[in-house]
Amino acid sequence: MSRVIHKFTTRIPTWRPYVTPIDFDNATDAQREALKETPSNTKISDYVLVLAHDPESLRIRTSLFNGIMYDKGGLSREERELGAVAASVVNRCIYCAAVHAHRYNNIVGDDAVMKDIFLRGKDAELDERTRAILRFAMRLSETPPNVSQDDIQRLRDVGLDEQEILDLTLSTTLFGWANRLMHTLGEPVANV
Amino acid sequence: MTHVIETAAHVPQSGPLADALAMRGKLMALTQDSHDAALTPSDPGGVPLALRAALACRMARICHQAGLEKHYATLLSSYGDEHIALLADPEVIPETSEPRLAAIVAYVDLVTRSPKEATKADIGALRQAEVEEADIVRLAGLVAFTNYQLRVTAVLSVMGEAK
Repeated sequence: MSRVIHKFTTRIPTWRPYVTPIDFDNATDAQREALKETPSNTKISDYVLVLAHDPESLRIRTSLFNGIMYDKGGLSREERELGAVAASVVNRCIYCAAVHAHRYNNIVGDDAVMKDIFLRGKDAELDERTRAILRFAMRLSETPPNVSQDDIQRLRDVGLDEQEILDLTLSTTLFGWANRLMHTLGEPVANV
Repeated sequence: MTHVIETAAHVPQSGPLADALAMRGKLMALTQDSHDAALTPSDPGGVPLALRAALACRMARICHQAGLEKHYATLLSSYGDEHIALLADPEVIPETSEPRLAAIVAYVDLVTRSPKEATKADIGALRQAEVEEADIVRLAGLVAFTNYQLRVTAVLSVMGEAK
C-alpha cells in the first residue's frame, strides 16, 4: 500500500480514487463523447475516468479549465497559478497544490515563493503584488467567501486592472471547484 | 446572451467590468453550460432536479450569496416539491428515517463549509447510505460547481457596485 501524503509538496503525487473509475471498454456513447474532449496524447487519468460517471459536466470541463488557465491577455500565467495554489492551500488539496505550485515554479524559475506559501500560508513574506493576490485568493476561498470593496481596492492599489481581477477570480474559484472534486473523491499517494 | 451569474451579480452593461467579461465571453458561456449540466442535466441519475436546486439554494445561503439564492429558489419552486424544498434552509437536517437524503445533505454541508476536512470516510458514508458511485460523482460535481459559481458571483457583485 503506498503512502498517503498529508503535507504540501511540489513533488507531484499519484491520485488514488475512492470511487471506481469507469471502464473505458464498457463506456456509454455519452461517456466516450465526453472523454474525446480530454487530451488524447496521454493515457486517460483515473481522475478523468472517475468524472466520466457524469459525462454532461465532463464534456465542458476541459475547454473551461484550459481557457481559464491559458487564454491570452489579462492576468499573467504565473499569477493565475498563484490563484489556483491559494485555493488549494485553503482547501488542503495536496494534489492540486503540488501540480500548480510546480507549474508556478517552472514559469518563474524559482521555488522560494511556493516554499514560503506552503510553510506560512497567508503570512508568507512576498513582494507586495504577490502578497495582495495570495491574500485576496485565500479570503475568497473561505466559506462564506470574503470579498469586499476593500479587498478589490487592495488589488487595484498593487496595479491589477479589471481584467486581471476577473482572471484571478476565475482561476481561484475554478480551483475551489477542482479541489472539491479531487480532495473529496480520492487521495494523493507517494510515487514509488 | 444573459447568463445566470451576470444577472445575479447585477453586472453593468458597459464599462471596464463589462469589457473584461466580454473578453472572457467564451469562458462565461462555458460556465453557463456547466450550470446547466449541474442543475438541469438531461440525465440527472439518482440526484433529481428538485434536489439539485434545493441543495444549490442551501449552498447559496451558507455562502451568503443573495443573488444566486434567488435564482436557485425560483428554479426550486418551479418543481413544486415542497418536501425537498425544505432542504434549501441550511438549518434543516433530514430525518434519520431518510438515511440516503441525510448522507447527501451531510456531504453537501461538509464540502461547502470545509472541504479540507473531507476524508475517505465521507465517501464511505454515502456508499453506506446506498448512494451509487455515479451519483456520488454527480453530487460532488454539483457541490464543486455551485461553490465556483457562488464565488464568481460574489466578486462580480462587489466589482459592479458603484464606486
